[in-house]
Amino acid sequence: MQRYSSVAIALHWLIAVLIIATFTLGLVMTDIPGLTPTKLRYFSWHKWAGVTVLALAALRLLWRLRSRPPAYPAHMPAWQRTVAHSLHGLLYVLMFAVPLSGYFYSLAAGVPVVYFGLFPLPTLIEADAALKSTLGALHYWLNMLLAALVAIHVLAAFKHLLLDRDGVMQRMLPFSR
Amino acid sequence: MTPLRTLFAAALFTAAAAHAAPLKTDLAKSSVSATFKQMNVPVEAKFKTFSAQIDYDAAKPDASKAAVDINTASMDLGDPEYNREVAKKEWFNTAQFPKATFVSTSIRPAGADKLNVAGKLTIKGKTADVSFPLTVKTAGKQQVFEGQLPIKRLAFNIGEGEWKDTSMVADEVVIKFRVTAGQ
Repeated sequence: MQRYSSVAIALHWLIAVLIIATFTLGLVMTDIPGLTPTKLRYFSWHKWAGVTVLALAALRLLWRLRSRPPAYPAHMPAWQRTVAHSLHGLLYVLMFAVPLSGYFYSLAAGVPVVYFGLFPLPTLIEADAALKSTLGALHYWLNMLLAALVAIHVLAAFKHLLLDRDGVMQRMLPFSR
Repeated sequence: MTPLRTLFAAALFTAAAAHAAPLKTDLAKSSVSATFKQMNVPVEAKFKTFSAQIDYDAAKPDASKAAVDINTASMDLGDPEYNREVAKKEWFNTAQFPKATFVSTSIRPAGADKLNVAGKLTIKGKTADVSFPLTVKTAGKQQVFEGQLPIKRLAFNIGEGEWKDTSMVADEVVIKFRVTAGQ
């Protein structure tokens, strides 16, 4: 079966690892009570990682528009294709929406993002307490939605690997056997 | 009138003449904030409660006096949890040091609309001599005094223990203020 292009595979796994790490760090850092240097360090790392995901997602979208993914196996029912396409579309939307909601949440909190502590990114909005709490909730729930969709995505991949045995998951694995 | 009384009255008169008129501070149009860098990210915190007394007469700038009292517990970082943290011992220790104060020792004219101010800044029980330029602008019947003063937070023990690490929170903090006052 035809595999994804190596660029698509590299971007998929790089973004996957970064999203899992950034998501986990987000949960850990918000669980630290009070104010500690570790907490502030984690917040900065979380933001740098989120900005990296956003940049890689932009690259990935450009690549996806240029290079068509390999076709699904012929036996796959139409409804499954529709579900798979919708799920992938939603994951693409969230790859942008999650970091952007976090970015604007930070700006609304009056904390600009300085990428790697070196490059100040644009302060597009003023600090705003009401907007801060709205964006905070939005960022949280978009993340919960992302976690749920990623779980479905992973389960579906394993269904193809273990139940259907149709090679769909292998199309995206970094090393083909 | 005895000579002593005359002298006393004269001294009183001179003292009164040497004082410029105290102005009434318009707190709604005044602000005091501190800007610092946290892992290179500039963050501004506003002090919500403060008072300022300014004696200023444009005709006699040398006779001017300024005093500012800042309620350290009123620092707003934009998050109630963080505000509680900076009130603690390692930061402002607001229980023991509820106020930060500035009292001028000399105010000298320095060109059009500009004054050079020297004075004593006390934060967390530590007093330091500071000086900074100040601009004065007239807005209607009021005067707007504006300036900024860079300080080193560690000189005032702001951020003790693990917070002494200046790669986390930079040593330099810029205090920015605008005081609007009028007759």
